[in-house]
Amino acid sequence: MNNSRRRFLQIAGVSALGLGAKPVLNAFAAGGGEGPGYHVARGEDALDAKQWAMVIDTRKFHSSADLEPIIEACNTVHNIPTAIENKNHEIKWIWEAHYHNAFTDKTNNFLNEEVEHRPFPLLCNHCENPPCVRACPTQATFKRERDGIVLMDFHRCIGCRFCMAACPFGARSFNFRDPRPFIRETNNKFPTRMKGVVEKCNFCAERLAVGQMPACVEASNGALAFGDLYDEHSEVRELLKENYTIRRKQTLGTEPSVYYIV
Amino acid sequence: MKDKKKILAGLAVFIAAITFPFWYNMGKAAPAPEVELTAKAKAAKVCVMPTSYMQANHMQLLDVWRHNVTRNGERAFVNADGKLFTMSLSNTCLDCHSNKAQFCDRCHNYASVRPYCWDCHIDNPKGE
Repeated sequence: MNNSRRRFLQIAGVSALGLGAKPVLNAFAAGGGEGPGYHVARGEDALDAKQWAMVIDTRKFHSSADLEPIIEACNTVHNIPTAIENKNHEIKWIWEAHYHNAFTDKTNNFLNEEVEHRPFPLLCNHCENPPCVRACPTQATFKRERDGIVLMDFHRCIGCRFCMAACPFGARSFNFRDPRPFIRETNNKFPTRMKGVVEKCNFCAERLAVGQMPACVEASNGALAFGDLYDEHSEVRELLKENYTIRRKQTLGTEPSVYYIV
Repeated sequence: MKDKKKILAGLAVFIAAITFPFWYNMGKAAPAPEVELTAKAKAAKVCVMPTSYMQANHMQLLDVWRHNVTRNGERAFVNADGKLFTMSLSNTCLDCHSNKAQFCDRCHNYASVRPYCWDCHIDNPKGE
């Protein structure tokens, strides 16, 4: 046997070193959510949901003019650079589209003409199974466990645009240039973005956190409803129960959380 | 070592040349910057954490704020004295420290750090 006294002492020595290193490693690992004497918590007014969802009553939209205040409300609140003229550099969080572009898999030859020519507001669908999140190499975009919002951490975005390629709804825009000179009216309470990051609708996470409904919902005169998809008695669930709704590209299996009453 | 003299002379010149900035600036160390507080910051007396902690650790604290606000949706910060703050760079920090040039920049320039906060966050949101 080679398990001599010499060998035993070697192992004992290395073990002692390991035990001694533990407190040092602990000291390095310290520091996270809790610091000296402080703690963080959720705001008192914050609204909660398992999965936020939106139901859009498109019967209330007849022309672009009906959508304009809704889109404008979002643009103003979130410092969207609307003055960019180059269409390829356009930034949009909520925008208007034709039926054929919105519902590419639901275009029969002879559609109800009134429905076909309605303006449809499109935005990030905050999918329950978001492909953009899987594509992001830095976890800059993520699905928030708490409320199901697909959110972006702009600090982390490296501008690789994988998420834009992954999103089947075209809901993401890239800042090809510094957006600041193109913001018509700056809302000082909300940050802008910088050149080189992707952005998209955030379901007004910053407003939900202080107990307000999303800006577009407030500006819609009841055409947009917002609530918890998994609360049986929420406004959106009541609407879904009573109306026939469709979703965009449902067959892809991303489970969009934005429903359209047609 | 035939060229001993040449080599030593060359070495001396070389060392003198690369240490020149140190000789040139000797005794002229840039003074540590004095940050200016706005009237509002002076009146408040204390920041969200003690001043010494903020001086040394404000970047770590901002990192904690950012993480909790975006990832966890937690926006309330309660300090050791039990005082409540909203975790927001633009709306809480800059509400008092609205003088970026005299407050943030002075130290950052002195320490030669270039944080990119202001590429997105609007400095001086109140426009004073």
